[in-house]
Amino acid sequence: MAKRSAPEVNAGSMADIAFLLLIFFLVTTTIETDKGINSKLPPIEDQPEDPPPIKQKNIFMVLVNQNNKLLVEDEPMQLTNLREAAIEFLDNGGGTGDEACNYCQGSADPESSDNPVKAIISLQNDRETEYGTYIAVRNELTAAYNALRNREAQRLFGTSFVELERRFNDPDFDGDTDKLKEKIGRIRDMYPMKLSEAEPKKRN
Amino acid sequence: MSKFKKKKDGDLPAISTASLPDIVFMLLFFFMVATVMRQNTLMIQNDLPYADQVEKLQKKDLIMYIYAGKPSDRYQSQYGTEARVQLNDKFADVSDIQQFVIEERESKREELQNNLTAALKIDTETNMGLVSDIKYELRRAEQYRVNYTTRPGEASKNMQ
Repeated sequence: MAKRSAPEVNAGSMADIAFLLLIFFLVTTTIETDKGINSKLPPIEDQPEDPPPIKQKNIFMVLVNQNNKLLVEDEPMQLTNLREAAIEFLDNGGGTGDEACNYCQGSADPESSDNPVKAIISLQNDRETEYGTYIAVRNELTAAYNALRNREAQRLFGTSFVELERRFNDPDFDGDTDKLKEKIGRIRDMYPMKLSEAEPKKRN
Repeated sequence: MSKFKKKKDGDLPAISTASLPDIVFMLLFFFMVATVMRQNTLMIQNDLPYADQVEKLQKKDLIMYIYAGKPSDRYQSQYGTEARVQLNDKFADVSDIQQFVIEERESKREELQNNLTAALKIDTETNMGLVSDIKYELRRAEQYRVNYTTRPGEASKNMQ
């Protein structure tokens, strides 16, 4: 028997099938937003122990009311000025002796914080504050810390802190991770992020 | 003569569409790779706030999503306009969060259970009262690592 060649399969409808799949994926998928502000919540303490004494001048009070207005250190403030005010407070370095800060570049005002290690930012919301405002305030405070950390990282290691962190989190990074971790830790120790969030005020 | 005639009456040859499937497949693969399947059907409005001091969320499988916001238009007749929490595909009460966290934790491998992050996808207009209730429940469930998911943009846009 003579061998007959198999007939060619018609591939004309392949495009239709591919289009069908393409449209399915276009419709069912969304490009997810996967960026945000990381934070760590404090554990719940059953017995409120005596809080360690904190000097009033080491606390930076930020209050947000139900109309989304800011009250910073007993004075109303616009959101756009918050970052600068927070940097000024954190970087003040007004302490003397043991509490002196040798890398601060602030005005060393004795009425403001002693040392960035001691400075605490306290954030309190009203229950009716909008979430967007809260995120905006947090964003500005994080920006203040990042600005100071970037400055110090630039001075000590020649790269910004954000860049160090990005490299540390990058799975493709093939440098010395331990060294990087040490650098990040050192900067974090210089400007530790002490952001205390009080429970929102209850109103009746 | 016939030699020349042939050239004259020949129309333009049809454009070959044989490579069309290849092009479409290329597009298809791009979309398959670049997009992520939506895990939950949203039943709430979810306009995330803007922020620019953001970090990327790394491991997709170690994230649990907690949504909150006003119910979307078609659910408003049933559930009202008060902001609510959504876990998985249904509305939930704030008190259900603890159970949800425990279930999420148990579905992961044991050595990874402590690395879970709770991504809070909360609508801009939600009141902080609800948000702090959610945070309190997370603390009760010992889920301390959170991420406030945001959209990239200037933070001052939230205030308008």
